[in-house]
Order: sequence, then structure tokens, then C-alpha cells
Amino acid sequence: MAIAEPREVLTSRTKRSERGPLRTVAELQGVRMTGAQITCAALEAEGADLVFGYPGGAVIPLYDAMPSTNLHHVLVRFEQWAALAADGYARATGKVGVCIATSGPGATNLVTGLANSQLDSIPVVAITGQVSQAMIGLDAFQETDITGITLPITKHNYLVQSAEEIAPTIREAFYLARSGRPGPVLVDIPKNVFQESAKFHMPGEINRRGYQPSLMPNTRQVRLAAELINAAKKPLIMAGHGIMISGAEPLFERFVERTGIPVIFTLLGQGSFPESHRLSLGLMGMHGHREVNMALRECDLLVNIGARFDDRATGKVSTFAPNARIVHVDIDPAEIGKNVRTDVPVVGDAREALKLMLGEVEHREHNEWMAWIESQRDTALLTALEDRPDWPEPYTIIKEISRVTEGEAIYCTDVGQHQMWAAQHLGIDHPNRWLTSGGLGTMGYGLPAAIGAKMGRPDLEVWTIIGDGGFQMSSNELATCVQEQLDINIAIINNGYLGMVRQWQDLFHQKNYSEVQILGPDFVKLAEAYGATGIRVTRDDEIVSAIERARSIAGPVLIEFVVEPEANVWPIVPPGAGNSDMMHNRGEE
Amino acid sequence: MDTTRQKARRHTLVVLVEDHPGVLNRVVSLLRRRSFNIDTITVGASEQPGVSRMTLVVQGDDQDVEQAGKQLYKLMEVLKVTDVTDTNAISHELVLVKVATKPQNRQEVMLAGQIYDARFVDATPSSLIMEVTGSQERIDSFLNMVKPYGIRELVRTGPIAMSRGGSSVQIREGRIERVNGVPAAAD
Repeated sequence: MAIAEPREVLTSRTKRSERGPLRTVAELQGVRMTGAQITCAALEAEGADLVFGYPGGAVIPLYDAMPSTNLHHVLVRFEQWAALAADGYARATGKVGVCIATSGPGATNLVTGLANSQLDSIPVVAITGQVSQAMIGLDAFQETDITGITLPITKHNYLVQSAEEIAPTIREAFYLARSGRPGPVLVDIPKNVFQESAKFHMPGEINRRGYQPSLMPNTRQVRLAAELINAAKKPLIMAGHGIMISGAEPLFERFVERTGIPVIFTLLGQGSFPESHRLSLGLMGMHGHREVNMALRECDLLVNIGARFDDRATGKVSTFAPNARIVHVDIDPAEIGKNVRTDVPVVGDAREALKLMLGEVEHREHNEWMAWIESQRDTALLTALEDRPDWPEPYTIIKEISRVTEGEAIYCTDVGQHQMWAAQHLGIDHPNRWLTSGGLGTMGYGLPAAIGAKMGRPDLEVWTIIGDGGFQMSSNELATCVQEQLDINIAIINNGYLGMVRQWQDLFHQKNYSEVQILGPDFVKLAEAYGATGIRVTRDDEIVSAIERARSIAGPVLIEFVVEPEANVWPIVPPGAGNSDMMHNRGEE
Repeated sequence: MDTTRQKARRHTLVVLVEDHPGVLNRVVSLLRRRSFNIDTITVGASEQPGVSRMTLVVQGDDQDVEQAGKQLYKLMEVLKVTDVTDTNAISHELVLVKVATKPQNRQEVMLAGQIYDARFVDATPSSLIMEVTGSQERIDSFLNMVKPYGIRELVRTGPIAMSRGGSSVQIREGRIERVNGVPAAAD
């Protein structure tokens, strides 16, 4: 039986070589074109070389215009994965990700992806088609009120009313998406507006009187923060995603080395500072390392830079860092005091705040404090995990992926147990190479995120670690990987369960395993059916060779690691408990 | 949660917004999403072209309401949020009330209205419509007064609020600032 050759369709490589450079505002300004052409041109003018989308009725005019532009469109298999691929692209490149969908179901399918970007502050612009203006409000075919629907899950959204408005709106959408605290912005364009014609006019600078992000911190607050930092005996830094969003990593590293303060990470803060650094302690919170959560209980000062005190990071708020004064650096004033009381708020861009704080903080070493933290490390846990040769141990799989790739790849995850194992043990040393759905916890994220990452950073190796449950949500994107000829390595941690829910049922619901056993396909055959490569690993000693083989094969490779069905993520802070009340594999502390 | 919380009480917020379609929806939706109870909301034009003015009365403790204000600022259309609750601000509403009257108590009802400076805007042999303005408390006590006669219909606008004194919030060259005195007339 012959497998259809994917090369008959336009692939990533052919598309890229055929496309010219993106057109600039200068060459587009004043040219008369259709709304659809304006939309494409405005995207080019914003530097969006890649867009992820799916055509449909209301956007047919837009797709009609697309082939004669210099956009590279990636055809996904479901709109939700377009939104999440745009999210992954944005995280990996630091640029605005773009997704396109038609009206009605196309637009509503974007919703989960936009909510994902909203909760994790990811810059994404979504373009949706809408029914023609004359049909709006009449329950027309494929009509939904997508601006109404996405109101609470976008930073802002627009319903465009004329072709003249398209370019200025797209410019503003990109500006809003990437500035201040980034987020998704949706632009809804009626079909007849795509068909109208107008002169392309893109404004210069955007200035909205109702949108003035607070970038520069108050110097008095900075001085107060620095005084606390200089006086602290047992300080901790909580490193958040905001450090990377503001591009403050080099300043942050100088700040950490100068103050000598150990760093703990939120889930999304990983990558803001090399985890292999001597002052790096690793993940905090629900599945944080024991010594990290113990240090949180003990510390006398907590400096949160660019994180929002998410409940998975803080545990029970009333027992969070109970002995600490709290400094909170955040660009979003609404985050100050939202979840956790703050002693010194520093509202501003992390880079500006660090610049100012660097001028005020003194050189310190905290050797005694570091030694105490080290004494809290749970060495028994790792020994126990390493001592089980019969299954490919999830922990070992993660460690080996990291070791073989020398920590240089982009690592994506899905959501669940594998995500927490990866967060604990990958050891992320570089910014923007750890792509995970934090706030929303979107299952299915792993594969589309990897597509976005690989499309945006073809120069980097991309691995995505996914559970067998999450993979079955977005496995159709294997087709996209093959069509775009993407070198993505997919590691499926297959335990035959919806593992995280099973773990909660195990620990908190008397092992009442309700609807968590999940049958999967033959993953190797599935990969092959799509034209990808599949490898199955069932023994510990096959892990490394499988990883190496996957790296040597061009195109998407799927490795199915068949792991122990009931392995748990340790430690775990039970829901509603304080961070220091962790459960370990040998029982509660 | 924080144990130092105060009691919930009524707060009056004055919110200046861009006069764009859907702004009211954005404001109300945001407050609903953050679990705020809106007692009343009024919207109308302000003295500045392109700027609408809302007066919102919400229930919450001071921290909650401060958080609501910060969340409102995240909306692109929101220009200025002021909590005038503890300031020396005027907060008035208007009520229209249709009261049943009988020949024998008509004079009594009218007298009750006069105490509250009511305007008599409509009358039939068996009813009176009165219009009263003032603070929520004043209107509450007026309504208590006429309630025994039988209220057939009632509509309240909810308060509109304005700070006392000469200062005002102005938008100049895209910046939002509080200015003293009367701004120069627009050219």
C-alpha cells in the first residue's frame, strides 16, 4: 500500500522559498485594495511572516487574497490548535503570534486558545471572519457574537466596520498584544468588509489615552525594596514570566549574583534564569521541590519579580511565606495585593525595575541560608525513583531528554503529570525554550505549541512531552507536522490513565478511579499512518537510544514511552493546604 | 483569604470612558466576572466630547473596590476611575413614583410630597406622579412616607455623583489630569 506523498502539497520549505520578503508600510501606504488584501498587507507590515489558520465561508475572500501576498499560512486541522500554535510561536520567538478562523464555529474554536494566551500573558492576534454587516444580529449561517464571547478572555477585541479601519485596527491590535502586560487581541471582520475596497493607510505610533502601561517604577518604592533586600537574612527571589516578557534576563542574572539571593521559579518563570546556576533552586508550589517550599516557609523576604501569585504557586494564601516581607514587582497594578498582601509594591516593567534596583542593592552572600535550604532537600525521593528499573521511569525519561539534547532544545509540554515531571527535572537554562500552558492548563497544548515553536524557530531542536490523554486531544496535528515537514520530536508518556486526575483520585478520593482509564490507539501505527515515524519504548534501557534515534530522523518522530500506570508526581501539596504541607512518596510529612 | 478585611459597604465610583459602542457591556461584564454586585449604574454624556460618564454604585469592602477600579483600568476605554465614597461629593438620584390617591387622602399625599420638594408631574382623579431628587437616603425616606397610600409604579435612576469644589478631571492632549478651576473654553 502506498502512502500518499505529502510533497504533492505546498510544504513549509517550498512555501518559504517561493515567498518574497514581507512588504513594508512604505510600499503599501496609499495603495487601493480590497479589505482582504489590506488585512494581509497589514499583517505583513506588522512583521507577521507566519499565520496559523483554517479557511471557511466568511474568510474565503481573505484566503483568496493570501496566495499573492508574502504570508506563510500554516493549515492546522482544528482552529483551537491554530490559536495554540500562535501561542507557542509567540513564546518561542517573542513576537506576536497570529491565528485566523472563519465566523461561527471557526471563531468559537479559537476560544480555548485565546483564554490560554490571556491567562499566560502571551501576545496573539486572532483574525476572525464575521458574517456580512447586513446579516449581523439575524442569527445568520455561521454567525456568532465572537467579540461578545471573547470579551473576558482577550486583552481587547474589535468588530471592524469598514475596510479603511482594517489596517489601523490591526496595527493597534499588535501594539496592544505585545505592549504592557501582553495578551490576545481579536479582530473580527465582516465578510463584506473584506470585499470592499479602500486605500491602505497604516498610522504611525499608536496613542490611546485609555491605555498607558506603567513602565517606570516609583523610585521611592524601589529604594524601599532595596532596603529590605540589603537587610534580609533569609531572602528568596520568586522569578516569574514577566522577566522574560520584558527581556530582563541579563539584568536579572546580575541582580541575583549581586544580591546572592537564591531563586525559585513559578511554572512560567522557568527559563528566566539558568536552572543550573548555583543560586537556582527550581520549581515552587504544588509540585515544587521540597527544599523550595520549605525555604518559602522559612524566608524573611520574598522578592517576586514578574509573577502573579497564582494559587498553584502559593498554595493556601494565609500560610504563604508566613515569616516574610513581600516585595512585588509587576507591570500590572491590578496584580498588587490581588492574592497576596504586599509590603512593597513596585509597579513597572521588570527591566526598568531591575535597572533601578541594581543601583541600590549591595553585594551579599547568603551561605548559611543556602546551606539550610540544601539541608531540606529530599534525597530519598530521587533514590527511590532511580531504583525502579522495570519500567521506563518518567523522571528518567525527562532527565535523559534534557541530557541528550544538552538542554539546548525548545521543550514544550502538554498538561498533567508529565508536565510536572518535566517542570521539576528538565532543568531549563535558556529563556523562551520552556513552553507550557500554566494558567489555563490546556490539555492538547503540547503538539500545536511545538508546531508554533518549530515554525518560529526552525534553527532550534524542538521536543514536546505529552501524556497519552492530551495527545489524543490534538493528535490530528501530526498531519500538520507532516505537511509542513517539521522536525519535531514527540515524547508520549503513556500510562494509560488521565494521570493527574487519577493521582488526585488516588490521594484524595480513596482511589475511586472514575473515568480516568483511557484507551489509546497504537501510537506507533498512528504516527506511521500520518507519514511520521513512530518508536515504542517499554524498558528503561531503551530510553537513550530512542531519544538519539528520534534526533537523527528528519520530520516528525513520535516516541511512545510505556510507563508505570500508577506513578505519581512527588511531592504534592494537597489542594487547600499550605506549601510546606507536602505529601511525599513515603507519606505525609 | 486576608483576615484584615473590612466590612462590605456601598461605594460610589465615577468612571470616565470613551464613548464607543459596547463600552457599557465591557464595564458591566468585567465587574460581573470579578463577582462584584452592581447596585446601580447610570451612563450619559460628560462635558468633554467623546467621553461618557458613568456613576456606579457597587457593594464591597475597600480592598475589593480598589481591585475593581484597577481591573476597570485594564479596559482600553476606561479613562479615569474615582471612588468618591469618602469624599465630599454630591450623589443624587431621581425617582418617579405613581401613588394611588383617594379624594379623602389626596391632600395628605400632596403634603408628603411637598415636604420632599416633589414636582407633581401627572395627576388623575385616582393617582399622582411625583418626581423627587436627592440622596438615596432622602429618596428612601420619601418613599417610606408615601408607601402607606399605595405605590402603583416606581422608577429610580440610581445616583449620579460629582465632586464638590472647583477641580475636575480633564483630558488634555491625550493625558488625563485633575485640574483646578474652569478649563479654558474649547476653540
